[in-house]
Amino acid sequence: MPAVQETVERVRQIDVDQYKYGFVTDIETEKAPQGLSEEIVRFISARKEEPEWMLEWRLDAYRRWLTMREPTWAKVDYPKINYDELYYYAAPKNFVAPKSLDDVDPELLRTYEKLGIPLREQEMLAGVEGAGSRVAVDAVFDSVSVATTFKKELAAAGVIFMPISEAIREYPELVRKYLGSVVPVTDNFFATLNSAVFSDGSFVYVPKGVRCPMELSTYFRINERNTGQFERTLIIADEGSYVSYLEGCTAPQRDENQLHAAVVELIALDNAEIKYSTVQNWYPGDVEGKGGIYNFVTKRGDCRGRKAKISWTQVETGSAITWKYPSCILRGDESQGEFYSIAISNGRQQVDSGTKMIHLGKNTTSKIISKGIAAGKSENTYRGLVSAHRKATNARNFTNCDSLLIGDQCGAHTVPYIEAKTSTAIFEHEATTSKIAEDQLFYCQQRGLSEEEAIALIVNGFVKEVLQHLPMEFAVEAQKLISISLEGSVG
Amino acid sequence: MTADIQPIRTAAETALAEAFARFKQPLPAGEIARRDAAFAEFHKAGLPHRRVEEWKYTDLRAAMREAKPLAEPNSAAVVAMAKTAIAQFGSLGAARAVIVNGQYVQDLAQAADGVEITPLAAALTESSDLLASLGQSGAPASNTAVALNNAFASDGVLVRMSSRTKTTLHLALHQEGDHASYTRIVVAVDAGAEVELIETHTGSGAHQTNTMVEILVGEGARVAHYKLQDESRETLHLATLAAKLEGGVNFSSTALTKGANLARQQIFLTFAGEHSEAVLGGVSLAGARRHLDTTLFVDHAVPNCASRERYKTVLTDDARGVFQGKILVRRDAQKTDGQMKSDALLLSESAEMDLKPELEIYADDVVCAHGATAGAIDDELLFYLMARGIPRAEAETLMITAFAGEVFEGIENDAVRDIFVASAQNWLSNRG
Repeated sequence: MPAVQETVERVRQIDVDQYKYGFVTDIETEKAPQGLSEEIVRFISARKEEPEWMLEWRLDAYRRWLTMREPTWAKVDYPKINYDELYYYAAPKNFVAPKSLDDVDPELLRTYEKLGIPLREQEMLAGVEGAGSRVAVDAVFDSVSVATTFKKELAAAGVIFMPISEAIREYPELVRKYLGSVVPVTDNFFATLNSAVFSDGSFVYVPKGVRCPMELSTYFRINERNTGQFERTLIIADEGSYVSYLEGCTAPQRDENQLHAAVVELIALDNAEIKYSTVQNWYPGDVEGKGGIYNFVTKRGDCRGRKAKISWTQVETGSAITWKYPSCILRGDESQGEFYSIAISNGRQQVDSGTKMIHLGKNTTSKIISKGIAAGKSENTYRGLVSAHRKATNARNFTNCDSLLIGDQCGAHTVPYIEAKTSTAIFEHEATTSKIAEDQLFYCQQRGLSEEEAIALIVNGFVKEVLQHLPMEFAVEAQKLISISLEGSVG
Repeated sequence: MTADIQPIRTAAETALAEAFARFKQPLPAGEIARRDAAFAEFHKAGLPHRRVEEWKYTDLRAAMREAKPLAEPNSAAVVAMAKTAIAQFGSLGAARAVIVNGQYVQDLAQAADGVEITPLAAALTESSDLLASLGQSGAPASNTAVALNNAFASDGVLVRMSSRTKTTLHLALHQEGDHASYTRIVVAVDAGAEVELIETHTGSGAHQTNTMVEILVGEGARVAHYKLQDESRETLHLATLAAKLEGGVNFSSTALTKGANLARQQIFLTFAGEHSEAVLGGVSLAGARRHLDTTLFVDHAVPNCASRERYKTVLTDDARGVFQGKILVRRDAQKTDGQMKSDALLLSESAEMDLKPELEIYADDVVCAHGATAGAIDDELLFYLMARGIPRAEAETLMITAFAGEVFEGIENDAVRDIFVASAQNWLSNRG
């Protein structure tokens, strides 16, 4: 298996610094004043040249947020966040939406090059073998989108792919119709905060019957100190369409914690399919747990039409704290939801992640495959809900969550909630927790692999079922990430 | 927002507070202090509701609209009724302790070698040494049912079992009337002893019962515990079983739950010594709008122990079943083997099953797993049986019997198994 071989080599290459995306781009930024108030919300809205209704929407959310409390039910522990110390908007100075890549600050382009995200279309074509695997990228830097590639080609197919701030101006009726329709403004503390202050993110609309000609991708980068990133993504797949969307994220290595509170809404109409893949690699903090991103994210997909399908695949390796439950509302009859997850925690990372599959329509099916790997002094929790409502006849779910513990200082937990309100639902859930078997390790080591290489090999086998569901470009990166994240977990 | 504000007391909470004030008055000072502390544990949060994680699926605040008055002292007529009801079990074991409306009845007791029974009420007045064994079984004092039992239970039995040859104790609990009753049972099993405990709950009336059974198992002992819960269908039944196992113990507990309008059976199992094994199992059967909750907490605090949990729930009409099971494996509890499985069969469209099997694991060299399923009877299997000339109803009964039967198979005591099977069959033919 060549990919596995690559992982092993990767582990060998990396010696001291495990987090290679920890650099800071030295670029002048313009920030909103510190803290959060109605003025800040107005400031962000004005900066984005938003219509009045959008501002009202944000202000409503802000007022609501003031009455809400931070949730405490997750199995994570962190000092209280002072929301008045954060900056809610940061953009490269004198930033105007670039007309072409030639207008983009070269410093920014270099940043994305360093991250391995080529923004020039010709480079992408040159860099990737085979014409079939091109990826259109929307690059979000702190609070603004700096570039979106392949816009023209996508437009020819009728696909709208642009920063959400632009979409609010150009397609207000579409945005207005769907924004907040899956994750309501009042959904939860972090989603409401996001609704008030979100700055950028991607907007995708795939028209009826169109199969999106390439993978779409957004690359999020937090750069500025003390800023929170509040991105908002909205994807609509109209009847009979298909889109595959990838998301990646990194941040510089800093001693203080930074907040990332995103909202992602997916809407799949009749016979539409959305495949959403994430490789989350925010800065996890150092070995002692200093610094790192607080990743408090609300992601939800709504299978609104008949035979709609939404599939979430995630590889979670970064962040000091992850609080994330990509969910599917299976509203349309015969709709399908899938969730494939690999969550790796090391050092002092804390992960509380899982999914919700809410069966409302008839003959709906869902599948959950979750692989949690805890190493170092980390805590790794799977928390998930599968529910079938009274009218969801013949709802079907299969859940499998396995946890692997590496070392005796970490914790792995499984908290599934299963609620069957109809007798015709068939729900199956299984979960296991174990460590890497001594005999497997021995077998590998006896054939000349070091302990670390052997672990990487076995872990790769453990998560293979999920990796298979990642698009090709991501699968390779994810595999490398897994080996990197576990670096230093032995001994 | 609301968490900092003193919650508004419900009628039941206010009534409980008043009942407690009256109840504690005649007690000695030391007892008052102990019970005040227990009631304070309850009072600070009040009756748990669905926003309280542990009670998410059993909203006690909504279910308990009123607090019934504490049971009056037993009349001869009540004791006679209890005697008749208990007669159905025949002679289940050598020893028997009978508790009617939360009060120990000496006249119906049966003594045996190796079984020392002290009524709790008597022990309280004499401040017996045995009292020290109260609250040592690992059940959390903050749990609502435990806190209320600590505050109110004034009778029950303290038992010491020492026989090295298998000795059976029948704990017969019976209720008559519309009252609230609290019973506390503590069984201390000596090292190396071999015992069977059979707990039966019967009665009629719309009462509220709160029973707490604590079992302290000494090194190398073997304990098989059985519980038949066949209380009146109007009852609110809160029950706590807390067992603490020293090393080398073999412990099992099997329950058949079919009574009560709302029942919450909580089990707290703590492994305190190495190389012990525990098997927990149960079958819950409910129809109408009844609500049966089984909540387990298995604490693997030491290495090299194994636990097995196997629960089955059959629901029909608008009944609701709840299973919450948590296996905790602490940092030091290496080589733990924990397996939990809970299956539910839903026979009607509007039945509901809520499952929450949980693993919380801090040790790496363990093998832990849980599984949970919910669904209707497999149509294909039903068709198979019907194609062979078995009428639908009978085919269904066959399949349900087989489904529940898995748990009963493990029962070593033939008399108990017969009672469980017959009782389950009886439910099946009425499906109530």
